[in-house]
Parts: sequence; C-alpha cells; structure tokens
Amino acid sequence: MAAAIEFRGVNKWFGPLHVLQDVDLTVEAGEVVVVCGPSGSGKSTLIRCVNRLEVIQKGEIVVHGQSITGPRVHLSRLRAEVGMVFQSFNLFPHMTALENVMLAPVKVKGLPGAGAEKIARDLLERVRIPEQADHYPANLSGGQQQRVAIARALAMQPRIMLFDEPTSALDPEMINEVLEVMTDLAREGMTMMVVSHEMGFARRVAHRVVFMDGGQVVEVQPPEAFFAAPTSDRTKDFLSKILSH
Amino acid sequence: MVMLDFGVVWRNLPFLLIQGFLGFGNFVGGTLRLAIPAIVLGFVLGIFIGLGRLAPQAWIRLPATLYVEFFRGVPLVMVIFWMWFIMPIVLQTAIPEFGVALAAFVIFEAAYLGEIVRAGIQSVPRGQVEAATAVGLTGAQTMRHVVLPQALKNMIPSLVTQFIVLFKDTSLASIIGFMDLTKAAQVVNNREIRPFELYLFIAVIYWVCTYSMSRYARHLERRLGPA
Ligand SMILES: Nc1ncnc2c1ncn2[C@@H]1O[C@H](COP(=O)(O)OP(=O)(O)O)[C@@H](O)[C@H]1O
Ligand SMILES: [Mg+2]
Repeated sequence: MAAAIEFRGVNKWFGPLHVLQDVDLTVEAGEVVVVCGPSGSGKSTLIRCVNRLEVIQKGEIVVHGQSITGPRVHLSRLRAEVGMVFQSFNLFPHMTALENVMLAPVKVKGLPGAGAEKIARDLLERVRIPEQADHYPANLSGGQQQRVAIARALAMQPRIMLFDEPTSALDPEMINEVLEVMTDLAREGMTMMVVSHEMGFARRVAHRVVFMDGGQVVEVQPPEAFFAAPTSDRTKDFLSKILSH
Repeated sequence: MVMLDFGVVWRNLPFLLIQGFLGFGNFVGGTLRLAIPAIVLGFVLGIFIGLGRLAPQAWIRLPATLYVEFFRGVPLVMVIFWMWFIMPIVLQTAIPEFGVALAAFVIFEAAYLGEIVRAGIQSVPRGQVEAATAVGLTGAQTMRHVVLPQALKNMIPSLVTQFIVLFKDTSLASIIGFMDLTKAAQVVNNREIRPFELYLFIAVIYWVCTYSMSRYARHLERRLGPA
C-alpha cells in the first residue's frame, strides 16, 4: 500500500496555543481513519492542514508523495485531490444543489456547463438525492444538505476525502443517510479521514481509529483493539464517557 | 395671506423637468444626469474601498481605512468646494461643473458605500469562504461567485438608504452653479418670486423618486428570497 497522507513531526500554534504537538501519522491509500477525542483536542485543525485551510509551523505533511508544506505548493491541484465536508455543511445558499456541485468543475477545471452538469447529476444520484437537484439549500433537510455537500466535494474527483464531524449538526434520524453515503465511498476505496464520534461507524468502516487529546495523537489502533483494549488511560477515560450514553 | 398659484410650475415645467431634473438644455445640469453616474461610480469605488478595508495586506488596508475615516469626518459641501477651487489649480486646467460635482460625490459617497460593502462582506459566514477554498476556487473566484452575491443581498437595505441620501445630496451641486432641479427652481424663483409653489413642487419630485427607490428595494429583497 502507498501512503496517501503523511504527517511528519507536525506542530501548529494558534498564537501561544500549541494545538498540534509532534503529530506523526500515515494514512494509506484507500484507508479510512476515524479521528476522535475531546473537544478542542485539535482534530479539526489536523485535517484542515491536509488541504491547507491551515498552515503548520513545523514539520511536514506529504500528500501522495508531494510535500504540501512551504510556499511552492500547487494549491489548486492539492485541493482538487482532497475534498472536504464540514460539520455545518457550508452549502452556497444562493445556488441550487446542482449549481453547488457544478461550481468547482466549471470555475476551477473550466469544464463546459453541459459536461459539469452531467457530472453533478451523476454525483447527486450517487448520494441518493437526484430529485433535489433544483432545490436551494434552505429547502433541504440537514441530511440532504450534507449529502449535497459530499457531492460537491466529490465533483473535483478527489482521491482523499476529509470529513469534519459530518453528522454532529444533524437530527438523529438523518445521521444514517449520511453515514450510508460515507460507507459507500469507503467501500469504493476512497481514502478518508473522518473526525467523528459515531463509534458504530468507526467499528464497521474504519481501518484504524486515532484518539487525540491536547494536540497529541495519543493512540492509533484498528477499531477492534481500540474499543476492546485501549492502551492509554486517556483513551479509556474518553471511551467510557462517550460510550456510556 | 398669499394666494397659491401653481401656474408658475406649469409655465416653467419644461425648464424644471427637462433642464433641471433630466439635464437636457442650454445649461450643464440635471439631477438624474448627476445622480445616476454618481451612484454607479460611487458604488464601484465603494466596492474597492470595502475590499481594501478587509485586505490582509496592511499597505492596502491602511490607506482604505484612512480614506473612509477622512471622508466620513468632513462635510460634503467642503469636498465640493475643494474640488471646485483646488482641482483646477492642481490639474492646471478648468474643470466643468459636471466633472467637479461628479468627482466630489463619487469620492465622498464611496467612503460610506465602502463601509456598507465591508459590513456586507463580513456578514457572510466564514464557512462559505472555507468551502469555496476547499473546492479549489481562488480568492478572487471565491469573492466573485460566493461572497459578493450573498453580501450584496444583505447590503440592499443600507445601500438603498445611502443611494437615497446621495440622490438628495445632489441638490448641493447647485451651490457651484450646476443646473439641477434645485438650481432650476431657484432660477425660476428669482424671476417670478413664487418660492412656496416652486419648492413644494421640487420636494414632491424628490420624494417620488426616493420613495420609488425604497419600494423597489423592498421588492428586490423579497425576490432574492430568504436565506
Ligand atoms: N482559528 C483559530 N484561532 C485560534 N485558536 C483556534 C483556532 N481554531 C482552533 N483554535 C483552537 O485550537 C484548539 C484546537 O481546535 P480544533 O482543532 O477545532 O479542536 P477540535 O476539532 O478537536 O474540537 C482549540 O483550543 C481551539 O480553541
Ligand atoms: Mg472540531
């Protein structure tokens, strides 16, 4: 297996706050890694460094063999390679679902409208909401919005997908429809980093689970071992809290 | 008790409306002829000022901020006088009233419009910019396709308020001899001494224009829908 994402001694500060501390982690191509940990532990920051929404101050991040640290990075190529889905969907409210998905192929890749529309309709089919193509985000449920957001992220045909708590803003009855789409993606071999506390999803779909606390990667384990026999006390403590309800 | 005689308005209607309001005739003038380009150009300059206020680079942000603070702190009449007396000296050439008035309004209003643009842009949630960045749009594309369309919609009420202020402020151009509606009424009044009828009439014209502007804005807001 080839490495898709390598974090090498990654350190990041927000002012005096040391939010990523000597993070070393390799995500293999086709691997699904679920990242969990208490709020403020640096999970979002970690994945946001992969598409350069955040820059790191020390260490190196390598995506598909190319370093993405430093000033000479081809940002538009990196972002075509890495898709991202946010907790709050962040759909463009002034565009229909279809237009949301088409925007990047048209503006970034320069695809003609008809070609981009074909891609967008296929993607909406894939996230199981082809009938919502002409609706505006305000008229979609949370689960539908998040699936449009996934389609939008897939439109540039990325090889890596980042998910930042994709289901935390959803009503419980909509969580599964989003997790199902993500499971499909994982089965198709997408490389995924998923910040999530959906432990059922982690058990079924993740190849490895990462536990972060205080800006450090505390534990990395396959899900069976992670849930059955966590090695660190911090992990045990965290798991007892989130699994108790 | 003076008897009202609106015959003075009727007799001078072509001069008041065609020369004063529209700006066609023997004199340089026209309320609309000044207001429309002043609004359009002031808004364009305002967009740049507003973007400049938010620029990450200090060498863009600081001059933009200075500009806004300065022009918001001085009276419009003073800016008109500066343009009138100083521009010809600086440029070493005579400037027609229209050029002076237009420049003064555009420069002055851009400070206010720039602040409205800045507030509008800041009203767009950060997540919008992140989502656009994450799919690979450049900063300029993000601004053009994602931020500005949403910002504009949020700006409509304050923009229209400012456009209305600007529209009414064009009457100040009469002090440098620009033949707008106000000046035209003044000219007729000097001849016929009917101030009440004349100034009531132009008040109605101003009011009808500004009222239609705010009605249209309300319609536009509704049409652009919620969210
Ligand atoms: N843009 C920012 N500026 C300053 N501090 C930030 C910023 N983003 C996150 N932080 C801080 O960095 C820490 C890690 O945040 P984050 O990565 O969002 O944690 P998590 O996703 O695990 O909840 C938190 O203490 C948070 O307050
Ligand atoms: Mg987070």
